Amino acid sequence: MTPLLSVQGVTKRYGAHIGCADVSFDLYPGEVMGIVGESGSGKSTLLNCLAGHQPPDGGQVVFDTRADGPRDTVRMSEPERRMLGRTDWAFVHQHARDGLRMGVSAGGNVGERLMAVGARYYGDIRHKATDWLARVEIDESRIDDRPTTFSGGMQQRLQIARNLVTGPRLVFMDEPTGGLDVSVQARLLDLLRGLVRDMGLSAIIVTHDLAVVRLLADRLMVMKSGHVVESGLTDQVLDDPQHAYSQLLVSSVLQV
Amino acid sequence: MIQLTDVSKTFTLHNQGSAVIEVLRDVDLTVAPGECVALTGASGAGKSTLMRMIYGNYLAQAGQIRIGDLDIVQAEPREIIRLRREVLGYVSQFLRVVPRVPTLDVVAEPLRAVGTPAEAAEARARTLLQQLNIPHRLWSLSPTTFSGGEQQRVNIARGFAHTYPALLLDEPTASLDAANREVVLGLIETAKARGAAIIGIFHDEAARARVCDREIDVTRFTPGLAA
Repeated sequence: MTPLLSVQGVTKRYGAHIGCADVSFDLYPGEVMGIVGESGSGKSTLLNCLAGHQPPDGGQVVFDTRADGPRDTVRMSEPERRMLGRTDWAFVHQHARDGLRMGVSAGGNVGERLMAVGARYYGDIRHKATDWLARVEIDESRIDDRPTTFSGGMQQRLQIARNLVTGPRLVFMDEPTGGLDVSVQARLLDLLRGLVRDMGLSAIIVTHDLAVVRLLADRLMVMKSGHVVESGLTDQVLDDPQHAYSQLLVSSVLQV
Repeated sequence: MIQLTDVSKTFTLHNQGSAVIEVLRDVDLTVAPGECVALTGASGAGKSTLMRMIYGNYLAQAGQIRIGDLDIVQAEPREIIRLRREVLGYVSQFLRVVPRVPTLDVVAEPLRAVGTPAEAAEARARTLLQQLNIPHRLWSLSPTTFSGGEQQRVNIARGFAHTYPALLLDEPTASLDAANREVVLGLIETAKARGAAIIGIFHDEAARARVCDREIDVTRFTPGLAA
Protein backbone atom coordinates (compact mmCIF):
# COMPACT_ATOMS: atom_id res chain seq x y z
CA MET A 1 0.00 0.00 0.00
CA THR A 2 1.25 3.49 -0.86
CA PRO A 3 1.32 5.89 2.07
CA LEU A 4 -1.01 8.85 1.64
CA LEU A 5 1.62 11.11 3.14
CA SER A 6 5.29 10.26 3.42
CA VAL A 7 7.37 12.68 5.46
CA GLN A 8 11.15 12.50 5.39
CA GLY A 9 13.59 14.56 7.41
CA VAL A 10 11.44 17.67 7.73
CA THR A 11 13.41 20.41 9.49
CA LYS A 12 12.52 24.01 10.25
CA ARG A 13 14.79 26.51 11.99
CA TYR A 14 14.01 29.98 13.23
CA GLY A 15 17.52 31.43 13.07
CA ALA A 16 19.58 29.47 15.57
CA HIS A 17 16.45 28.12 17.21
CA ILE A 18 15.08 24.73 16.15
CA GLY A 19 11.39 24.64 15.22
CA CYS A 20 11.34 20.97 14.38
CA ALA A 21 14.20 18.71 13.41
CA ASP A 22 14.46 15.69 11.15
CA VAL A 23 10.88 14.45 11.45
CA SER A 24 9.98 11.39 9.36
CA PHE A 25 6.87 9.20 9.24
CA ASP A 26 4.42 7.56 6.84
CA LEU A 27 0.67 8.07 7.13
CA TYR A 28 -1.57 5.51 5.43
CA PRO A 29 -5.10 6.04 4.12
CA GLY A 30 -7.65 5.99 6.93
CA GLU A 31 -5.05 6.52 9.65
CA VAL A 32 -5.36 9.20 12.29
CA MET A 33 -2.12 10.34 13.90
CA GLY A 34 -1.88 12.49 16.98
CA ILE A 35 1.07 14.75 17.77
CA VAL A 36 1.45 15.70 21.42
CA GLY A 37 4.01 17.69 23.39
CA GLU A 38 4.18 20.76 25.57
CA SER A 39 3.79 24.19 24.03
CA GLY A 40 6.95 25.18 22.19
CA SER A 41 7.79 21.56 21.36
CA GLY A 42 7.44 22.24 17.63
CA LYS A 43 4.19 20.45 16.95
CA SER A 44 2.43 23.40 15.31
CA THR A 45 5.55 24.29 13.32
CA LEU A 46 5.63 20.73 12.03
CA LEU A 47 1.94 20.81 11.13
CA ASN A 48 2.38 24.08 9.25
CA CYS A 49 5.33 22.66 7.32
CA LEU A 50 3.32 19.55 6.40
CA ALA A 51 0.30 21.55 5.30
CA GLY A 52 2.34 23.90 3.14
CA HIS A 53 1.73 26.97 5.30
CA GLN A 54 5.43 27.31 6.00
CA PRO A 55 8.32 26.17 3.85
CA PRO A 56 10.55 23.69 5.71
CA ASP A 57 14.33 24.27 5.52
CA GLY A 58 14.88 20.67 4.58
CA GLY A 59 13.13 17.40 3.94
CA GLN A 60 10.31 16.06 1.83
CA VAL A 61 6.56 15.94 2.26
CA VAL A 62 5.36 13.48 -0.37
CA PHE A 63 1.59 13.34 -0.89
CA ASP A 64 -0.12 10.66 -2.99
CA THR A 65 -2.13 12.92 -5.33
CA ARG A 66 -5.21 11.62 -7.14
CA ALA A 67 -3.98 12.62 -10.57
CA ASP A 68 -0.21 12.12 -10.58
CA GLY A 69 0.54 9.77 -7.68
CA PRO A 70 3.21 10.64 -5.08
CA ARG A 71 4.48 14.23 -5.37
CA ASP A 72 6.77 16.24 -3.10
CA THR A 73 4.57 19.13 -2.00
CA VAL A 74 7.54 21.16 -0.77
CA ARG A 75 8.88 21.45 -4.31
CA MET A 76 5.49 21.81 -5.95
CA SER A 77 4.55 25.15 -7.53
CA GLU A 78 2.52 27.49 -5.34
CA PRO A 79 -0.69 27.22 -7.44
CA GLU A 80 -0.51 23.43 -7.31
CA ARG A 81 -0.07 23.47 -3.56
CA ARG A 82 -2.95 25.90 -3.15
CA MET A 83 -5.14 23.66 -5.27
CA LEU A 84 -4.31 20.75 -2.94
CA GLY A 85 -5.21 22.97 -0.01
CA ARG A 86 -8.67 23.51 -1.51
CA THR A 87 -9.36 19.94 -2.60
CA ASP A 88 -7.58 16.99 -1.03
CA TRP A 89 -6.39 18.79 2.08
CA ALA A 90 -8.24 20.52 4.84
CA PHE A 91 -6.90 22.53 7.74
CA VAL A 92 -8.86 23.03 10.94
CA HIS A 93 -7.40 25.89 12.95
CA GLN A 94 -7.43 26.12 16.72
CA HIS A 95 -9.23 29.44 16.54
CA ALA A 96 -12.24 29.13 14.26
CA ARG A 97 -11.78 32.80 13.34
CA ASP A 98 -8.56 31.92 11.51
CA GLY A 99 -10.35 29.37 9.36
CA LEU A 100 -13.61 31.19 8.72
CA ARG A 101 -14.57 34.37 6.93
CA MET A 102 -16.29 36.24 9.70
CA GLY A 103 -18.07 38.72 7.45
CA VAL A 104 -19.79 36.06 5.35
CA SER A 105 -22.84 34.01 6.33
CA ALA A 106 -22.51 30.43 7.60
CA GLY A 107 -23.89 29.08 4.32
CA GLY A 108 -21.51 31.33 2.41
CA ASN A 109 -18.54 30.01 4.38
CA VAL A 110 -19.36 26.46 3.34
CA GLY A 111 -20.36 27.43 -0.21
CA GLU A 112 -17.21 29.43 -0.82
CA ARG A 113 -15.03 26.35 -0.64
CA LEU A 114 -17.34 24.58 -3.06
CA MET A 115 -17.13 27.49 -5.51
CA ALA A 116 -13.34 27.42 -5.21
CA VAL A 117 -13.39 23.96 -6.76
CA GLY A 118 -15.78 24.95 -9.51
CA ALA A 119 -19.33 24.58 -8.18
CA ARG A 120 -21.49 27.24 -9.87
CA TYR A 121 -25.15 26.32 -9.55
CA TYR A 122 -26.61 28.21 -6.56
CA GLY A 123 -29.26 25.61 -5.75
CA ASP A 124 -26.67 22.84 -5.45
CA ILE A 125 -24.33 24.92 -3.34
CA ARG A 126 -27.09 25.96 -0.99
CA HIS A 127 -28.33 22.39 -0.74
CA LYS A 128 -24.88 21.02 0.08
CA ALA A 129 -24.26 23.78 2.60
CA THR A 130 -27.54 22.98 4.36
CA ASP A 131 -26.67 19.30 4.40
CA TRP A 132 -23.27 19.99 5.96
CA LEU A 133 -24.62 22.37 8.57
CA ALA A 134 -26.98 19.58 9.64
CA ARG A 135 -24.11 17.09 9.80
CA VAL A 136 -22.21 19.33 12.20
CA GLU A 137 -25.40 19.89 14.17
CA ILE A 138 -25.98 23.55 13.27
CA ASP A 139 -29.65 24.37 12.84
CA GLU A 140 -30.70 25.14 9.27
CA SER A 141 -32.34 28.38 10.40
CA ARG A 142 -28.85 29.80 11.11
CA ILE A 143 -27.61 29.37 7.54
CA ASP A 144 -27.83 33.08 6.71
CA ASP A 145 -26.35 34.27 10.00
CA ARG A 146 -22.75 35.36 10.24
CA PRO A 147 -20.35 33.33 12.35
CA THR A 148 -19.85 36.39 14.58
CA THR A 149 -23.27 35.57 16.06
CA PHE A 150 -22.23 31.94 16.80
CA SER A 151 -20.82 30.52 20.02
CA GLY A 152 -17.21 29.26 20.03
CA GLY A 153 -18.30 25.63 19.72
CA MET A 154 -20.61 26.42 16.80
CA GLN A 155 -17.89 28.38 15.04
CA GLN A 156 -15.59 25.39 15.40
CA ARG A 157 -18.22 23.07 13.93
CA LEU A 158 -18.83 25.49 11.09
CA GLN A 159 -15.11 25.52 10.37
CA ILE A 160 -15.16 21.73 10.18
CA ALA A 161 -18.13 21.79 7.79
CA ARG A 162 -16.37 24.35 5.58
CA ASN A 163 -13.28 22.15 5.50
CA LEU A 164 -14.90 18.81 4.84
CA VAL A 165 -17.52 19.83 2.27
CA THR A 166 -15.15 19.25 -0.64
CA GLY A 167 -14.41 15.68 0.49
CA PRO A 168 -10.71 16.02 1.38
CA ARG A 169 -8.58 12.94 1.94
CA LEU A 170 -6.25 14.44 4.54
CA VAL A 171 -7.22 16.77 7.36
CA PHE A 172 -4.74 18.73 9.45
CA MET A 173 -6.09 19.81 12.82
CA ASP A 174 -4.39 22.21 15.19
CA GLU A 175 -5.86 21.89 18.69
CA PRO A 176 -9.39 21.40 17.33
CA THR A 177 -10.93 21.31 20.81
CA GLY A 178 -8.70 23.91 22.47
CA GLY A 179 -10.55 26.63 24.32
CA LEU A 180 -13.92 24.83 24.27
CA ASP A 181 -15.67 23.70 27.43
CA VAL A 182 -15.72 19.96 28.06
CA SER A 183 -19.35 19.28 27.12
CA VAL A 184 -18.82 21.00 23.78
CA GLN A 185 -15.51 19.16 23.39
CA ALA A 186 -17.16 15.76 23.85
CA ARG A 187 -19.75 16.60 21.21
CA LEU A 188 -17.12 17.82 18.78
CA LEU A 189 -14.95 14.74 19.32
CA ASP A 190 -17.90 12.47 18.79
CA LEU A 191 -18.64 14.33 15.56
CA LEU A 192 -15.04 14.15 14.34
CA ARG A 193 -14.81 10.46 15.12
CA GLY A 194 -17.94 9.76 13.12
CA LEU A 195 -16.75 11.85 10.17
CA VAL A 196 -13.31 10.26 10.15
CA ARG A 197 -14.83 6.79 10.13
CA ASP A 198 -17.63 7.43 7.64
CA MET A 199 -15.53 9.37 5.14
CA GLY A 200 -12.42 7.22 5.58
CA LEU A 201 -10.34 10.32 6.25
CA SER A 202 -6.72 10.41 7.24
CA ALA A 203 -5.90 13.05 9.78
CA ILE A 204 -3.03 14.59 11.69
CA ILE A 205 -4.13 16.12 14.96
CA VAL A 206 -1.92 18.39 17.02
CA THR A 207 -3.05 18.74 20.60
CA HIS A 208 -1.79 18.85 24.14
CA ASP A 209 -4.85 16.99 25.39
CA LEU A 210 -4.05 13.30 25.86
CA ALA A 211 -7.72 12.33 26.24
CA VAL A 212 -8.37 13.75 22.77
CA VAL A 213 -5.70 11.60 21.15
CA ARG A 214 -6.76 8.50 23.02
CA LEU A 215 -10.20 8.94 21.55
CA LEU A 216 -9.33 9.99 18.02
CA ALA A 217 -5.85 8.84 17.09
CA ASP A 218 -4.62 5.41 16.03
CA ARG A 219 -1.00 6.46 16.36
CA LEU A 220 0.85 8.95 18.45
CA MET A 221 4.02 10.97 18.12
CA VAL A 222 5.49 12.69 21.19
CA MET A 223 7.59 15.81 20.54
CA LYS A 224 10.00 17.67 22.74
CA SER A 225 12.22 20.61 21.78
CA GLY A 226 11.56 20.05 18.10
CA HIS A 227 12.41 16.36 18.10
CA VAL A 228 10.19 13.31 17.99
CA VAL A 229 11.13 11.44 21.16
CA GLU A 230 8.68 8.57 20.87
CA SER A 231 6.06 7.24 18.49
CA GLY A 232 3.81 4.23 18.29
CA LEU A 233 0.32 2.91 18.79
CA THR A 234 -1.67 5.48 20.79
CA ASP A 235 -2.68 3.26 23.69
CA GLN A 236 0.80 1.76 23.90
CA VAL A 237 2.50 5.16 24.12
CA LEU A 238 -0.01 6.37 26.71
CA ASP A 239 -0.12 3.19 28.84
CA ASP A 240 3.52 2.13 28.54
CA PRO A 241 5.55 5.22 27.61
CA GLN A 242 9.23 4.51 27.08
CA HIS A 243 10.89 7.92 26.94
CA ALA A 244 11.45 10.00 30.06
CA TYR A 245 9.52 12.92 28.63
CA SER A 246 6.52 10.81 27.56
CA GLN A 247 6.42 9.30 31.05
CA LEU A 248 6.43 12.77 32.55
CA LEU A 249 3.70 13.91 30.17
CA VAL A 250 1.43 10.94 30.88
CA SER A 251 1.97 11.04 34.65
CA SER A 252 1.25 14.76 34.79
CA VAL A 253 -2.39 14.44 33.76
CA LEU A 254 -4.75 15.18 36.62
CA GLN A 255 -7.25 12.45 37.38
CA VAL A 256 -10.87 13.53 37.43
CA MET B 1 -2.58 -19.34 17.02
CA ILE B 2 -0.88 -17.45 19.84
CA GLN B 3 2.80 -18.11 20.38
CA LEU B 4 5.19 -16.33 22.73
CA THR B 5 8.93 -17.00 22.61
CA ASP B 6 11.50 -15.65 25.10
CA VAL B 7 9.38 -12.61 25.89
CA SER B 8 10.75 -10.23 28.52
CA LYS B 9 9.37 -7.05 30.04
CA THR B 10 10.96 -4.34 32.14
CA PHE B 11 9.58 -0.98 33.17
CA THR B 12 12.10 1.86 33.39
CA LEU B 13 10.79 4.72 35.47
CA HIS B 14 12.91 7.63 34.23
CA ASN B 15 11.32 10.14 36.55
CA GLN B 16 11.65 8.07 39.68
CA GLY B 17 15.41 7.74 39.87
CA SER B 18 15.47 5.65 36.68
CA ALA B 19 14.30 2.63 38.64
CA VAL B 20 14.27 -0.48 36.48
CA ILE B 21 11.63 -3.05 37.34
CA GLU B 22 11.96 -6.44 35.74
CA VAL B 23 8.48 -7.88 35.51
CA LEU B 24 8.66 -10.90 33.23
CA ARG B 25 11.54 -12.92 31.86
CA ASP B 26 11.72 -15.57 29.12
CA VAL B 27 8.01 -16.20 28.72
CA ASP B 28 7.25 -19.17 26.45
CA LEU B 29 3.63 -19.89 25.78
CA THR B 30 1.58 -21.46 23.01
CA VAL B 31 -2.18 -21.54 22.61
CA ALA B 32 -3.75 -23.63 19.85
CA PRO B 33 -7.07 -22.88 18.12
CA GLY B 34 -9.99 -24.12 20.23
CA GLU B 35 -7.90 -24.08 23.38
CA CYS B 36 -8.43 -21.97 26.49
CA VAL B 37 -5.44 -21.31 28.72
CA ALA B 38 -5.68 -19.72 32.16
CA LEU B 39 -2.97 -17.45 33.50
CA THR B 40 -2.58 -17.93 37.24
CA GLY B 41 -0.34 -16.56 39.95
CA ALA B 42 -0.57 -14.19 42.86
CA SER B 43 -1.54 -10.57 42.42
CA GLY B 44 1.49 -8.72 41.03
CA ALA B 45 2.90 -11.79 39.30
CA GLY B 46 2.40 -10.11 35.93
CA LYS B 47 -0.75 -11.75 34.56
CA SER B 48 -2.34 -8.53 33.34
CA THR B 49 1.00 -7.20 32.11
CA LEU B 50 1.47 -10.34 30.03
CA MET B 51 -2.02 -10.04 28.63
CA ARG B 52 -1.51 -6.39 27.74
CA MET B 53 1.72 -7.30 25.97
CA ILE B 54 -0.08 -9.88 23.88
CA TYR B 55 -2.60 -7.16 22.94
CA GLY B 56 0.23 -4.79 21.97
CA ASN B 57 -0.75 -2.36 24.69
CA TYR B 58 2.56 -2.85 26.52
CA LEU B 59 5.83 -3.05 24.63
CA ALA B 60 7.97 -6.17 25.00
CA GLN B 61 11.71 -5.53 25.45
CA ALA B 62 12.69 -8.85 23.92
CA GLY B 63 11.25 -11.93 22.28
CA GLN B 64 8.47 -12.67 19.84
CA ILE B 65 4.72 -12.54 20.25
CA ARG B 66 3.09 -14.14 17.23
CA ILE B 67 -0.65 -13.97 16.69
CA GLY B 68 -1.36 -15.87 13.50
CA ASP B 69 1.35 -14.65 11.12
CA LEU B 70 2.08 -11.35 12.80
CA ASP B 71 4.85 -10.72 15.34
CA ILE B 72 3.39 -7.82 17.27
CA VAL B 73 6.71 -6.94 18.90
CA GLN B 74 7.97 -5.85 15.47
CA ALA B 75 4.69 -4.84 13.85
CA GLU B 76 3.74 -1.36 12.63
CA PRO B 77 0.87 0.39 14.46
CA ARG B 78 -1.45 -0.06 11.49
CA GLU B 79 -0.77 -3.82 11.43
CA ILE B 80 -1.65 -4.07 15.12
CA ILE B 81 -4.79 -2.02 14.57
CA ARG B 82 -5.87 -4.37 11.78
CA LEU B 83 -5.05 -7.39 13.95
CA ARG B 84 -7.18 -6.00 16.78
CA ARG B 85 -10.02 -5.29 14.40
CA GLU B 86 -10.08 -8.67 12.69
CA VAL B 87 -8.20 -11.28 14.68
CA LEU B 88 -7.59 -10.43 18.31
CA GLY B 89 -10.34 -9.50 20.76
CA TYR B 90 -9.78 -8.27 24.30
CA VAL B 91 -12.31 -8.10 27.11
CA SER B 92 -10.74 -5.88 29.73
CA GLN B 93 -12.01 -5.41 33.25
CA PHE B 94 -13.19 -1.93 32.56
CA LEU B 95 -15.42 -0.55 29.86
CA ARG B 96 -13.95 2.47 28.11
CA VAL B 97 -16.35 4.19 25.75
CA VAL B 98 -16.92 7.44 23.95
CA PRO B 99 -19.43 9.58 25.85
CA ARG B 100 -22.91 9.85 24.30
CA VAL B 101 -22.76 6.63 22.25
CA PRO B 102 -25.77 4.29 22.89
CA THR B 103 -25.12 0.81 24.31
CA LEU B 104 -26.45 -0.92 21.21
CA ASP B 105 -23.92 0.93 19.03
CA VAL B 106 -21.11 0.24 21.51
CA VAL B 107 -21.77 -3.49 21.18
CA ALA B 108 -22.31 -3.44 17.40
CA GLU B 109 -19.21 -1.33 16.72
CA PRO B 110 -16.63 -4.17 16.44
CA LEU B 111 -18.83 -5.79 13.80
CA ARG B 112 -19.30 -2.52 11.91
CA ALA B 113 -15.52 -2.13 11.94
CA VAL B 114 -15.05 -5.40 10.02
CA GLY B 115 -17.64 -4.34 7.45
CA THR B 116 -20.76 -6.10 8.70
CA PRO B 117 -23.87 -4.27 7.42
CA ALA B 118 -25.57 -2.11 10.08
CA GLU B 119 -28.66 -4.32 10.36
CA ALA B 120 -26.82 -7.59 10.83
CA ALA B 121 -24.45 -5.97 13.34
CA GLU B 122 -27.35 -4.58 15.35
CA ALA B 123 -29.19 -7.87 15.29
CA ARG B 124 -26.15 -9.62 16.75
CA ALA B 125 -25.78 -6.85 19.36
CA ARG B 126 -29.43 -7.26 20.36
CA THR B 127 -29.03 -11.01 20.75
CA LEU B 128 -25.98 -10.59 22.98
CA LEU B 129 -27.53 -7.87 25.15
CA GLN B 130 -30.62 -10.03 25.56
CA GLN B 131 -28.53 -13.08 26.48
CA LEU B 132 -26.60 -11.06 29.04
CA ASN B 133 -29.79 -9.72 30.58
CA ILE B 134 -29.24 -6.03 29.91
CA PRO B 135 -32.75 -4.52 30.18
CA HIS B 136 -34.12 -3.43 26.82
CA ARG B 137 -34.84 0.10 28.06
CA LEU B 138 -31.10 0.68 28.58
CA TRP B 139 -30.02 -0.17 25.03
CA SER B 140 -30.48 3.32 23.68
CA LEU B 141 -28.54 4.90 26.57
CA SER B 142 -24.81 5.38 26.94
CA PRO B 143 -23.32 2.75 29.30
CA THR B 144 -21.29 5.39 31.18
CA THR B 145 -23.98 5.66 33.86
CA PHE B 146 -24.63 1.91 34.21
CA SER B 147 -23.80 -0.12 37.32
CA GLY B 148 -20.45 -1.94 37.50
CA GLY B 149 -21.99 -5.31 36.66
CA GLU B 150 -23.98 -3.90 33.74
CA GLN B 151 -20.88 -2.22 32.32
CA GLN B 152 -18.99 -5.47 32.66
CA ARG B 153 -21.71 -7.29 30.71
CA VAL B 154 -21.82 -4.62 27.99
CA ASN B 155 -18.06 -5.02 27.74
CA ILE B 156 -18.42 -8.78 27.33
CA ALA B 157 -21.17 -8.40 24.74
CA ARG B 158 -18.87 -6.07 22.79
CA GLY B 159 -15.95 -8.49 23.10
CA PHE B 160 -18.00 -11.41 21.78
CA ALA B 161 -19.82 -9.54 18.99
CA HIS B 162 -17.23 -10.35 16.34
CA THR B 163 -16.01 -13.95 16.08
CA TYR B 164 -12.33 -13.25 16.73
CA PRO B 165 -9.96 -16.18 16.08
CA ALA B 166 -8.07 -15.18 19.24
CA LEU B 167 -9.46 -13.77 22.49
CA LEU B 168 -7.99 -12.32 25.66
CA LEU B 169 -10.26 -12.30 28.70
CA ASP B 170 -9.34 -10.40 31.86
CA GLU B 171 -11.62 -11.57 34.71
CA PRO B 172 -14.70 -12.01 32.50
CA THR B 173 -16.83 -13.43 35.32
CA ALA B 174 -15.83 -11.05 38.10
CA SER B 175 -18.70 -9.04 39.61
CA LEU B 176 -21.38 -11.13 37.86
CA ASP B 177 -24.27 -12.99 39.47
CA ALA B 178 -24.73 -16.74 38.99
CA ALA B 179 -27.10 -16.49 36.01
CA ASN B 180 -24.92 -14.07 34.06
CA ARG B 181 -21.78 -15.95 34.96
CA GLU B 182 -23.40 -18.99 33.36
CA VAL B 183 -24.13 -17.00 30.18
CA VAL B 184 -20.52 -15.79 29.95
CA LEU B 185 -19.13 -19.30 30.44
CA GLY B 186 -21.50 -20.43 27.69
CA LEU B 187 -20.14 -17.73 25.36
CA ILE B 188 -16.58 -18.84 26.10
CA GLU B 189 -17.47 -22.47 25.38
CA THR B 190 -19.12 -21.50 22.10
CA ALA B 191 -16.04 -19.49 21.11
CA LYS B 192 -13.81 -22.49 21.89
CA ALA B 193 -16.06 -24.78 19.90
CA ARG B 194 -15.73 -22.59 16.81
CA GLY B 195 -11.94 -22.71 17.18
CA ALA B 196 -10.96 -19.53 19.00
CA ALA B 197 -7.65 -19.54 20.88
CA ILE B 198 -8.34 -18.02 24.29
CA ILE B 199 -6.12 -16.75 27.10
CA GLY B 200 -7.91 -15.80 30.30
CA ILE B 201 -7.37 -14.58 33.83
CA PHE B 202 -9.98 -16.06 36.17
CA HIS B 203 -9.96 -15.67 39.93
CA ASP B 204 -13.18 -17.70 39.90
CA GLU B 205 -11.73 -21.22 40.31
CA ALA B 206 -14.86 -23.12 39.36
CA ALA B 207 -15.13 -21.13 36.14
CA ARG B 208 -11.47 -21.75 35.40
CA ALA B 209 -11.87 -25.47 35.95
CA ARG B 210 -14.85 -25.57 33.63
CA VAL B 211 -13.64 -23.68 30.56
CA CYS B 212 -9.84 -23.88 30.71
CA ASP B 213 -7.85 -26.74 29.26
CA ARG B 214 -4.54 -25.76 30.90
CA GLU B 215 -3.20 -23.43 33.53
CA ILE B 216 0.03 -21.51 33.32
CA ASP B 217 1.49 -20.11 36.51
CA VAL B 218 2.96 -16.75 35.52
CA THR B 219 5.06 -16.76 38.71
CA ARG B 220 7.59 -18.96 36.99
CA PHE B 221 8.35 -16.14 34.56
CA THR B 222 8.58 -13.56 37.33
CA PRO B 223 12.20 -12.75 38.27
CA GLY B 224 12.66 -12.92 42.02
CA LEU B 225 9.41 -14.81 42.55
CA ALA B 226 10.22 -18.04 40.72
CA ALA B 227 10.64 -20.97 43.06
